[in-house]
Amino acid sequence: MSLPSPGLLPRAAVLIAVPVLVVFLPKVQDDFLNYRFAFVGIYLIAIVGLNVVTGYSGQISIGHGAFIAFGAYTTAILVSNYDVGTYWTIPIAGILTGIFGLLFGLPALRLSGVYLALATFGLAISIVLVAKRFESFTGGGQGKQIDLPSSPIGGVSTNAWLSYLIWAVAAVMFGAAWLMLRGRLGRAFRAVRDAPIAAVSSGVNLAWYKTLAFGIAAAYAGVAGSLLAISIAFVNPDTFPISLSILLLTGVVVGGLGSLQGMLLGALFIEFVPKWAENLSKHLHYNEGTVQPSVIYGLILLAVLFVIPGGAAGLLSQSAAALNRARRWLYSRADSRATA
Amino acid sequence: MALLELSDVEARYGPIKALHGVSLRVGEGQAVSLLGANGAGKTTTLRAISGTVRKSGEVTFDGNRISRRSPETIARLGIAHVPEGRGIYGELSVWENMILGGSTRRGRRAIKSDAERALGHFPRIAARRKQQAGTLSGGEQQMLALARALVSRPRLLLLDEPSLGLAPTAVQEFFRVVRALNRDEGLTVLVVEQNARIALASTQHAYVLEVGRIALDGSSEELSRHEGVRASYLGY
Amino acid sequence: MTEFFQYVVVGLANGGVYATLALSLVLIHRATGIVNFAQGEMGMFATFIAWSLITHHGLPYWGAFFLTLLIAFLGGVAVHQVVIRPLGRGGAITVVMATIALLIILNGLAGWIWAPAVKIFESPFPLKVLDVGGVVMNVQDLGVIGVSLACVVLVFLFFRFTRLGLMMRASAVGPATSRLLGIRVSLMLSIGWGLASMLSAVSGMMAAPIVQLDPNFMLLILTYSFAAAVLGGIDSPVGSVVGALLIGIGISLLSGYASSFLGTELQLPVALAVLLVVLVVRPAGLFGQVVVRRV
Repeated sequence: MSLPSPGLLPRAAVLIAVPVLVVFLPKVQDDFLNYRFAFVGIYLIAIVGLNVVTGYSGQISIGHGAFIAFGAYTTAILVSNYDVGTYWTIPIAGILTGIFGLLFGLPALRLSGVYLALATFGLAISIVLVAKRFESFTGGGQGKQIDLPSSPIGGVSTNAWLSYLIWAVAAVMFGAAWLMLRGRLGRAFRAVRDAPIAAVSSGVNLAWYKTLAFGIAAAYAGVAGSLLAISIAFVNPDTFPISLSILLLTGVVVGGLGSLQGMLLGALFIEFVPKWAENLSKHLHYNEGTVQPSVIYGLILLAVLFVIPGGAAGLLSQSAAALNRARRWLYSRADSRATA
Repeated sequence: MALLELSDVEARYGPIKALHGVSLRVGEGQAVSLLGANGAGKTTTLRAISGTVRKSGEVTFDGNRISRRSPETIARLGIAHVPEGRGIYGELSVWENMILGGSTRRGRRAIKSDAERALGHFPRIAARRKQQAGTLSGGEQQMLALARALVSRPRLLLLDEPSLGLAPTAVQEFFRVVRALNRDEGLTVLVVEQNARIALASTQHAYVLEVGRIALDGSSEELSRHEGVRASYLGY
Repeated sequence: MTEFFQYVVVGLANGGVYATLALSLVLIHRATGIVNFAQGEMGMFATFIAWSLITHHGLPYWGAFFLTLLIAFLGGVAVHQVVIRPLGRGGAITVVMATIALLIILNGLAGWIWAPAVKIFESPFPLKVLDVGGVVMNVQDLGVIGVSLACVVLVFLFFRFTRLGLMMRASAVGPATSRLLGIRVSLMLSIGWGLASMLSAVSGMMAAPIVQLDPNFMLLILTYSFAAAVLGGIDSPVGSVVGALLIGIGISLLSGYASSFLGTELQLPVALAVLLVVLVVRPAGLFGQVVVRRV
């Protein structure tokens, strides 16, 4: 008798469960939850990209919201100013944002660690302020409105349609990331992160891979931004505060740096936990005021960091390791009984 | 009763076991060497004493069990460990390094006078007290590490491969000072060395460590005439 | 020309506020190798405590000032011992994330405890104006420059000439060696955090009379201070102070002479763009030391 390898079971479960959920949930749950579920998909795309640059290639980016904004504005401007078909803007936004990311990655090459963190932070803050300034193009402080796409499938609500669309895109992009990272590209990225000197001696072009990582991450964020613009039918500078960048980084860390599967849990965390904290805060009264939701959210985040420092992925691998140990103990018992 | 006693000490780095039950003793006022090839576990033994590696077994210092104490506490009990690579603060000046040697003590004046006295053994670096320690040569840095260790007025001095990377004359000079400190001031020394010749010449007792276990144990004189030691470690 | 000097004085005052906060960021980075993103909020929280001491408990300004510094010190030590040290094993990004969590918590906590109404933080300096050779200067600004300068100098003297300062420096650059010498390294690091916390409290209390006192008032200052620390070289205390003064004066001149072109929105992006250019030329900041990795 042999058990399947412990790593396979949770992975298979997730691979089956997710499509099932995606297809059936909209029919079962209330429509607003569809909307939130759609956002989970958007976040998933974004943090998969962020994981490539921060988790896999080790370049810390605290300004990923900048690329989301870029993608969102691309869609909004193309649709309102140039009448481009809404769905066509999704890949266009991805490509354009990806190029933007490559261009940013080039000067960022010289920077590392803290210096890079500041540069990305600066980018996130600046892009919003630049958008505010150039009103004619971007709609300035008022922003731009686009029409919400109606569901082309009869009997399916707009929210449900959005959910299907976003999750379809998410599935494609997740799969693409998985393919990219399991092969040479993934190894190159990890080499850049863990052993840059050794990597260069093995002929890995550091500069190229570091820049490429930014480009990929930006492209993913661009697609996410485009989908965001479509979902809320509106973009303005206030949609992209620095807290968005921090939220995305939180998603990656909670999901597990350098782990693709963890990103699913990371996306769920950043969509549901802050709102849950808000709800909770309304029920807690202390003295005159209610407890601020940020206090609850911050404490939860801190608790997660303490209890599972490796993120959700760390938890998964820890339980896989525990399962492994149990397996070996079982086998050793069986062996000793056989030889007795 | 020995000043330092190790009893069946085992130590590991993660899954790799480095020491498989080491037992040794160093008497007060003795100079003892611990010899062995690369990877035998010599450095690990010193780390086990100073509390910087995970271990099991008993380490007793002056009658006190120090097996579970933190490195800071062990240092405060009077054990000065000069690590592999010397552990000099390269960015700080020679003098600042010396003062830091007295971190376990109180009394600025006493520390300063002890630092002066220690530097007195090493006129070459005393002349460079304002220089950044990182600009000293390897030999000078080793002297500085030793001088610094003396400022804490240690009861036991642990030296980890002091000859590593040093020119032969510097090695001779260094051990000359060690012998003088042991002979004239009664400083107890445990020195770990790959250079068996100079270690045996500078100590009274010696142990040979092989693959994490004590293989030989005897007076330095005996061991320097021992066939196996001569073949493997003395080259003749 | 007098206009120029007026801008410079204002710029130095702002620079002083950035300098104390930037210095605290450098202290933390030298000691524990991370950027404490919550440093601004810790200063904000301390400033609120000072306000509360003055307004609700009737302490005189300077009494509240020094008591707040003491509280800030203890707070910094506590944060290091309770949050940072235990998480040390998780890696740099985990610790940075924890400081971000702390930022969120402190921000919310301040909003909760001291309610949304905006507070007025009185300045200890008289509301006078000095005229030196046609250059008009606020005593307020001069006071901020004075206090900030005094703090920075005291910190330098502490690290350079005291034994405790020496031990703290040693713990930062060589923790393993320091343990072997009997130095209680984690205590040294905690004291470092306490010191940094005190500096950020000074920064907050100097800024509060000028900016309005609300839970978010230190966020922009943190951004400029972070930029200053990076500009000077994240491990260089001298660099951070110089960087802070440069940024303070630079912004002041920019907003004075180029306000029509820039507007208020583009000040920060322009400052950051300039910083980025400097970093491309000198990747480790003005005074930083590049770790040379030749392959």
